[in-house]
This record gives sequence, C-alpha cells and structure tokens, in this order.
Amino acid sequence: MAHYELTMPVTEAQVRQLRVNDTVTLQQTLFGIRDATQIHMLDRGRTTRFDLRGHAVIHTAPNVRKVEKSEAYPAGYAPVCIGTTTSDRMERFTRPLMTQHGVRFIVGKGGMRQGSLDAFRELGGAYLAIVGGTAALETTWIEQIEDVDLDDLNPESLWKFRIRNFGPLLVAMDSHGNSLYTDIKADVERRRADVLASLGVHQ
Amino acid sequence: MKIDLPAVEEAAKELYIRALKVLPPDIKGGFARLTETETAPRAQGILATMVRNIQVAEEHENLLCQDTGVPIYNIAIGRGVEVDGHDLKQAIRKGCERATREHPLRSSVVHPLTRRNEHTSCGAEVPVIHIDFTPEPNKLTIQMIPKGSGSENNSFLKMAIPAEGIAAIKEFVIDCVINAGGKTCPPTIVGVGLGGTSDLCVALAKRAATRPLGSHCADPEGAALEKELSDAVNRLGVGPQGLGGDSTAFAVHIELAATHITMNPIAVNMQCHSARRASATVTPDGITYGF
Repeated sequence: MAHYELTMPVTEAQVRQLRVNDTVTLQQTLFGIRDATQIHMLDRGRTTRFDLRGHAVIHTAPNVRKVEKSEAYPAGYAPVCIGTTTSDRMERFTRPLMTQHGVRFIVGKGGMRQGSLDAFRELGGAYLAIVGGTAALETTWIEQIEDVDLDDLNPESLWKFRIRNFGPLLVAMDSHGNSLYTDIKADVERRRADVLASLGVHQ
Repeated sequence: MKIDLPAVEEAAKELYIRALKVLPPDIKGGFARLTETETAPRAQGILATMVRNIQVAEEHENLLCQDTGVPIYNIAIGRGVEVDGHDLKQAIRKGCERATREHPLRSSVVHPLTRRNEHTSCGAEVPVIHIDFTPEPNKLTIQMIPKGSGSENNSFLKMAIPAEGIAAIKEFVIDCVINAGGKTCPPTIVGVGLGGTSDLCVALAKRAATRPLGSHCADPEGAALEKELSDAVNRLGVGPQGLGGDSTAFAVHIELAATHITMNPIAVNMQCHSARRASATVTPDGITYGF
C-alpha cells in the first residue's frame, strides 16, 4: 500500500506501477467530464481542443459562478462547489476515452465494471476512487477553473481544473486486472444467503 | 392566519440553500453511531472523510455535495391557514429559481427528451411539490429536500404477490441494497414502501428514505421489520462507498399503506449519506427554520 504523488500528465509506466489499495495525490491538472460530455464526444463525434493524453478525468459537473475573465478566472468561471458523480453510468465510455483521447485515470465514485477493468489492463489505466458526497472538501483541492470547452453542455462541459494536492485518492481498479469492487461484490454475494437465512428467508 | 406569499418565496429560496449546506443533527448523530461501530479500517477512513466534509461545508458555508438534486418541497397546511393554493405553488417555484440564480447553484434539472437545462432547477412538474393538510392550527410548514441522483437512480418497484409473503419483501430489500452497491453513496437510508397502489408505494418509499433518523414506522409490524432489516443490511459487507465494511446503511425505514387482496407491492428508494433536508415553519409569530 504505497502512496504516490503524481504530476499530470503521466506515462503508461507510472500508471502500471499502481496497485489496488495504493493511494495517489494528483497535482497540476484535472479534467472534468460527465454523461453529456461523453455522449457528445464519443457518440456524436464532437471534438475538443484539449489534449487529454496521459491525463486524469473526474466524473463531475460543478457548481460555478460566472465572472469577468481575468488572470484569476481565465475561463470566466469561479468554482463554487466541485464534487464527483456516480461513475457506473459512464461505463461504456471508458475504452473509447482511452483509445481515442489517451486518458489514463478516471477519478470517480462507486466503481466501474469489467469492461473498464479490461480497458485499464489492456491500455494502461486505473480508477481512482474519491469519497462521493464530499464535494466541499474536494473544492478546497481545486485552485482554479483554468479553461472550459464544449460549454454549450454546461454544467456538463469539459472542464480543465488547476489542482493542488488533489487527494489522497484510492486506487480501486488497477492495470493488472484487480478491482476492489469485484472483490467486495464477491464477498457480499457470499454473505447474502446467511443474511437472508437470518431473516427467515430460505432459498 | 393569512400567508404572506413573498415571505414564502423567500423561504423557498433560503430552504434550498440551507438544505444543501448543513446536515440535520440526526444525520450527524447517525455518522457518530456508525463511526463507533465500524470495524473495517478502510471504511473508518471513508466515514472520517465524510465527517470532515460536513465540517468543511459549514466552515466555508459551501454545499456539502455538488449534486443540487431534484428539488422537492413538502408543504403541510394547518387549520385556519388562508392561502391561494396556486399562488403558493408559484411562490415556491420562484424561490427555487431564485436560489439557483442568486447563489448560484448548479441546475441539475433537464427536459427528459431534449435534455435541455433551463438553468433554474425547474422544469415541467419540477420542483416536485407535495401538499398535505394537518389539524394543527395556524401553522404552515415547508420542508425542502434536494434529492441527489446517485441514490435516486437506485429506486425499485416490485409488484410481488400475496403468496410470496413477507419473505419477498425481505429478499427484495436485501437485493436492492446489494445491486445498488456503492452507486448510492452509502451509508444510506434505505426507504421501503409497502402496500398501496404502485404509485403510492413508490411515494411511501421516498417518504421513508427522507424521514429523520431515529423515527419509526407508525405501524408496530412495520417498525419491527425496520429494525430487523436495519440489522440485516449492515451484515452484507457493502460498506461506505461500496468499498466494504459494516456501515452500509444508517437505517432501513418503512412506510406502509393498505393494499389490495391480490397485491403485495414493495418499493425501495434510497437516500445517500448526504441526507439533506431543511424546513421552515410559518406561524403568526413569523418564520422559523429547522430541519
């Protein structure tokens, strides 16, 4: 269970060194992406001027305040509250996000499925779990909204955040075929019959 | 008591913002109880982060969670309250819009087909407004619940049959909790609706999921089943964030209604650990805020 400080973007080797139960703190850059963003980019072929290669994306749609563009607010947005949404809905986008855009990390909550795990193993990626519902804390790790693209999808735009000490995040799915979610699911399945029996439900 | 509608509009705005920022004391108490009993180190760490977040939100006067949810307003009108019902609903809607624009808040509400976001947290039939009547004199209460989607997306209805009995209820609740896994942001309040028609059953599940911790089903049989299921779900090992541990749910809550001789409906609606709600009570003395 090692801890890594990673300045984004990262190389495949940096991702491959991570194992489940390791922790990671990200530095510098994080992209925000969500359902509509990925539907438009990956189903409808919309392009972005951002280079996502080697980067981390977080499943988010933030609360922001529109402000005058300035040095402090280069995108014309001040962060209000930025948190993380449930990743499972975006399961089918993991592989194209990696093959078409070179994304290496997904930061999310609740975990993803076998398709994502396979993509992480084949292409060199990992899922970094954040504690869902702790957005007030997460917002303190975000220094600035540096840029935004596909903003007609607001709040589901493609956001570029400047981050500092973003974490610790838990490596919950690694590039070696390990997933804490698969392990927990198997454990829960094993307990299910006993729990039901304790309730007088026999199958 | 005549209701001052601009004051209701202001309260509707204030309630949305308050609910998003400060968790009710019963939910904080729920965290304290789970923190004491949790045995898995990873789960303890996650619970500690959640508790830290509650403090950070209060210190920074920020939202607890980025999900501003689907806004729900539950109105209870007491005896002797004079108000135009239509105007009351309009005032609530206006307050909800104003909270979204003036704070500002992320509008999480879109048209179901075009996915268009009006950036007001409002749309067709939203905010959801429920109006009920109580015998209490000269009192109007407005409860606001921003219902997050992570938990709302894990809502289930099963039209079981009488021959399947209570066993079907128990199995369905257990399997809903298992299938939801970490997607609902556990620890959750598992709301269970029993009986009624299909729509009433689902509404009861929501009422159960948003009831304060420590409250019990008014029906003694329902209350006993709540206790039994509350203990059972926390032996499943789902844990906080679905990453294992004892703290899968703060509690299982049940609300029930009579049903048809041929029916045994079961609905499950969950509330995430950011179990937010706020309320305002309007009396002749003015407005007081609470949870």
